[in-house]
Amino acid sequence: MEAALGLLRRMPPKQSETALSALLSLIPQHSSDLLSQVDLPLQVLRDIESGKDFILCEYNRDADSYRSPWSNKYLPPLEDALYPSSELRKLEVEANDIFAIYRDQYYEGGISSVYMWEDDNEGFVACFLIKKDGSKSGHGRRGCLEEGAWDAIHVIQVGPEEEGMAHYCLTSTIMLSLATDDESSGKFGLSGSIRRQMKMDLAVAEGHLCNMGRMIEELEGKLRNSLDQVYFGKTREMVCTLRPPAEIVQMRLPDT
Amino acid sequence: MADEEDELPEETELSYEQKKEIAKWFLLNAPAGEINYVAKDLKAVLSDEEVYNEAAMEAFPVYNKSHMICLEMPSRAGDVIVSSYSEITENEFLDPRTAQVAIVDHVKQICTKVRPAHDEELPSLYIEEYRYALDAEIQRYVSESYPKGISAVNCVKGKDTEGLGSDFEFVVIITAMRLSPQNFCNGSWRSVWNIDFQDESQVLDIKGKLQVGAHYFEEGNVELDAKKDFQDSTIFQSADDCAIAIANIIRHHETEYLAALEVAYSKLPDNTFKDLRRKLPVTRTLFPWQNTLQFSLTREVEKELGLGK
Repeated sequence: MEAALGLLRRMPPKQSETALSALLSLIPQHSSDLLSQVDLPLQVLRDIESGKDFILCEYNRDADSYRSPWSNKYLPPLEDALYPSSELRKLEVEANDIFAIYRDQYYEGGISSVYMWEDDNEGFVACFLIKKDGSKSGHGRRGCLEEGAWDAIHVIQVGPEEEGMAHYCLTSTIMLSLATDDESSGKFGLSGSIRRQMKMDLAVAEGHLCNMGRMIEELEGKLRNSLDQVYFGKTREMVCTLRPPAEIVQMRLPDT
Repeated sequence: MADEEDELPEETELSYEQKKEIAKWFLLNAPAGEINYVAKDLKAVLSDEEVYNEAAMEAFPVYNKSHMICLEMPSRAGDVIVSSYSEITENEFLDPRTAQVAIVDHVKQICTKVRPAHDEELPSLYIEEYRYALDAEIQRYVSESYPKGISAVNCVKGKDTEGLGSDFEFVVIITAMRLSPQNFCNGSWRSVWNIDFQDESQVLDIKGKLQVGAHYFEEGNVELDAKKDFQDSTIFQSADDCAIAIANIIRHHETEYLAALEVAYSKLPDNTFKDLRRKLPVTRTLFPWQNTLQFSLTREVEKELGLGK
């Protein structure tokens, strides 16, 4: 299992789906472990009734159907399916609306979905998802990218309320890939994924949504910066190590 | 025996062939310098020595040639570059500089021994004059510009040409690898320049392909994959003059490319990345989560007016 994860870490990030399905066929006995530890680019389905797209993940899945956060119905329709309680559903609806605005402010496009469900500890778990296509043919506002994909998965466990406080545990995963193609730099592609956790005990006075939202915003920002500066920065450093930028090199002219 | 079904039923084991193909896929997709780590993990996952060994025998040569790995030759003769341009047979690679042929074990990635090259494996004196001059110029360039670069010039066409009147073709390879597994960072630079000496037009047609890769994987996993093609030309002159002209052209393009990569990187935080996610909203402040009441009201109003996304 360690070895399987090791392999996934070394395969090109853009091939993670192929790598995962190859591993699933080699070691099917570990499939549930693998699926829970590995994230793949998010898939999307259209909810025709509400005219909006929603994101698919394990948390809105029951059998082979997926629940739309807009209509709260399963597509394809499913009998005896799992639903959040009506109270949690209210929170879920609000979360979806607000998260959509958050998404618009930071992503200027893209799709978001939030799913919630009760857990065994009298608390609940919420999953906030964002999928953005930043390519020039997608929602890329500046037309810089030939290809651009950002998938964010935020899973936050909220503990039961005790004395006006609650414990929040957020695990965020970002997967991204971008590629530019131009005259001077040719094909330039960066891709990768990163996952971090954040735990906080917060007062519930302003509501769970506020607390969860702030944590997500903070961690997303940190991950974005980390990817940009640390991770991509390291690859840049490597290029300069391989071939340091040259001072003007004296060109030798052919002897006549 | 090929498996004809598209979907395997849950309980069916993969066939030998299928396992081997999967194993090969993992090996071939290993980043530069990481094939041995991949091999170790792969063996653990496969737990089938036979499949692994066969997959390795087939995958390693392809990997080695495409990554143009450099193997040290015994008796401190230098390094030989394993590539499709220097290949004599699957396990034999020519080092034109020392006129030796290295016998190579692909899976172990070592040169087991060398032998002198036979006359028919080497170019004619006329060609060698050009090759040698170019090799020297390229070596000079590489030692100036690459801390750990290795180069070779192979004649891939027309090596038996005796004099004017025929075309011939060289391939210049420049490769540099930096492996830092303890720092979770590996990278490689590969340049392949095709120099086509055209007798009739007295022109050298030059085509280059650069490929740079880097992999950083400390608590995460990020890869750079950059490539560019080049085209240039110069006139057919004496061996020494051609060598200088070609080296200058290569130096010029590679330096420019590096500068362009730097520009691409510097545009990332504020431009390119922004198309994926901004650092902050246009308001330049954090999102006002506490105004959820305001949002609820906005939603109510939107619903009333029949608006809403």
